[in-house]
Amino acid sequence: MEKLTVDNRSIPIVDHFKPDGTRWTLREKLWLGLTPRQYRQQFFRNWVNWLMIGIFAVGIPLILQRYIFGLGSITHGSNDYPWGLFLGFGLFSMVPLSASGFVLGTTVDIFGRKDFAPVERLALLNGLLGYFFAVVYLLVDLGLPWRLPYPLFISPGPAAVLFLVGWHVALYLSVQIVEMIPAFGEWSGWLRGKRWARSITLGLTIAAIMLSTLHQGALGALFTYAPGKVHPLWYSSEFQWIHFLCSSIFAGLSMVIVSSTLCKWTLKWRADERFLKSLDTLTIGLGKGCAFALITYLAVKIVSLAQDQEWSYLLTGWGQYYLLEMGVGVLLPMWLFAVAVRNRWVGLVRFAAFLSVLSVIWNRINTSMIAFNWKLYQEIPSWQEVWVSITLFALYFLVYRFILYRLPVLYEWKGEK
Amino acid sequence: MNTQLSRRSFIRGGLAGTVAAAVLKDKKASAAHNFEGYPDAMGVVVDLTRCVGCRSCEAACNKEQRLPEPAEPFDDFSVFDYMEHGQKRRTDEAHYTVVNRYDVPAIDHPLFRKIQCFHCNEPTCLTSCFVNAYTKTPEGAVIYNPKVCVGCRTCLVACPFYIPTFKYSSAFSPRVMKCIFCYDTRLKKGKPPACVEACPQEALTFGKRTDMLRVARQRIRETPGKYIDHIYGEHEAGGTSWMYLSPVPFGEVGLDTDLPNEPILNYVKGFLSFVPVVLTLWPALFAGFHLLATRKNRVEQSHNDANREG
Repeated sequence: MEKLTVDNRSIPIVDHFKPDGTRWTLREKLWLGLTPRQYRQQFFRNWVNWLMIGIFAVGIPLILQRYIFGLGSITHGSNDYPWGLFLGFGLFSMVPLSASGFVLGTTVDIFGRKDFAPVERLALLNGLLGYFFAVVYLLVDLGLPWRLPYPLFISPGPAAVLFLVGWHVALYLSVQIVEMIPAFGEWSGWLRGKRWARSITLGLTIAAIMLSTLHQGALGALFTYAPGKVHPLWYSSEFQWIHFLCSSIFAGLSMVIVSSTLCKWTLKWRADERFLKSLDTLTIGLGKGCAFALITYLAVKIVSLAQDQEWSYLLTGWGQYYLLEMGVGVLLPMWLFAVAVRNRWVGLVRFAAFLSVLSVIWNRINTSMIAFNWKLYQEIPSWQEVWVSITLFALYFLVYRFILYRLPVLYEWKGEK
Repeated sequence: MNTQLSRRSFIRGGLAGTVAAAVLKDKKASAAHNFEGYPDAMGVVVDLTRCVGCRSCEAACNKEQRLPEPAEPFDDFSVFDYMEHGQKRRTDEAHYTVVNRYDVPAIDHPLFRKIQCFHCNEPTCLTSCFVNAYTKTPEGAVIYNPKVCVGCRTCLVACPFYIPTFKYSSAFSPRVMKCIFCYDTRLKKGKPPACVEACPQEALTFGKRTDMLRVARQRIRETPGKYIDHIYGEHEAGGTSWMYLSPVPFGEVGLDTDLPNEPILNYVKGFLSFVPVVLTLWPALFAGFHLLATRKNRVEQSHNDANREG
């Protein structure tokens, strides 16, 4: 793509009009101003796309197998471990990593930190897609996915924690779609939609905070239904939801750092000066936020250990594993963030962000799968389950990139807006 | 004058609101007492000193509930040696109840323990279900409605006894499979469940739960030393309709002795009670943050506007 942008001065598209004054059609915008031939060429030149093709070649047949022969045909179909990777990774990890939308929305629109605006849309998009794909994972995992609206409308059970998760994710998805309307409106020329969405920004952002506080927490509270099954070190009746909420804040911020870094490395042609010039400074600002969120998380973790009198567990094998998670997953990134922010080492902030993204995934998989049923045995997911999880993540990556190529997320729209 | 009036009425309104909240809260608190079970709920006492492991109950259940024929016939006792992941047999989509053998060193013969749904007074499968697929009937059964189930399997996660199972083998009509106390065919008509009727040893005694507690206590009292002085299920997980008497500590016959004596739902209430706080306070709180955080900008802006006009 980079090569083509050098060859052809009319791309990348940043305006409604071509250099010769005629208007880009929507179709041309979708093709990035390339001919189908050029588009195909640039697609197959990229080794990442070949990797994707490889993943899908095995993954799509597996997904079809799941829908034709049942969930038991690609997973172990365990009654002891009803929730596997599709939820452990797809729901419990994707949702905290998508907290970026509400965290950056709060920073920019509530606290008035307009200097973070160049990464705000990236954070919102990261949030929207993460939630959307959490639902996609859910549709693969649910026994009867076509009944997805049942808990919302047909047979609601409002006293259940999962009811709250369901409603909030549905509402928050809608909020995030509206939050992305300005970018879509500028690109497609739908300015009325854009103005309407801008006019309710504050309300949307506050709704996002409320919904996020509750459903990020509710995902943690789901485990309070299984007090004897989750190992005490990963379980807290009072604090579980605070752990999940608190860790979602640095998870979301770290995800913005990781995502923006990848954009800086691989999508330079699509980003504008405003984004590229401010990114290093903003990354340090985000890193500072991560450090504060991590130390809060650590404090809450220690308080909950004390509250439930769980110190003696630290001396067991489980305790060592727990300390490893806390050391590598919390203390290390916290220290790295602090050192990097103090010395303004952007590279180290990026490394720490990558580490803390992995650590949140690790924590969610520990809670939902490894420390779950600690009195029984360890369940190792089938390779098909792992492959399908990777396939859905690859699809997430493709949709993410598809939108970044087009909508004004990494650049400002030059045309009328 | 105007402001003063409105302030006074504001305070008056606020006070009224506080009083109302306090009164309403009291009411709610008393309504939120633990549900202790329906008064006429039925129950079963399983007496492990009587069970000989004949598996008649398994066969009767299979027939009554029209479950698929198992690979091993019901007179095959090698199933007692079956182990998977280091665990003895458990309920699954073809078995609503299973009997397992436990070799307890303290006594000279093995013990057999049947397991099925405990039919909790306040079941976690029910309280965790977001489509209300479960019902606790006044007769004591915890029944399931496959017509609304989405297949999320939270009930499998939430059940402290590892009872509900999922029909993973079906792509188009998967559902939860679990013991329903023979509700449709028997309990509703006042009859005991099929397993109880089939038991040749009278190891299973069926009656009103309150009467069953009395029976169990009587057995403990009248034959000192025969039983552990505890009725498993009287209080576990808030009390269950199915209860156990054992000659050895319950942990040795594969029952979880770490369960709390209160409904599992109590562990979730901490979060649930925080929900209204967020829903009511957050909007005001964050709108306030917004006003405070952007105050400087707005003051500067109005300053500039004033200068320009001047």
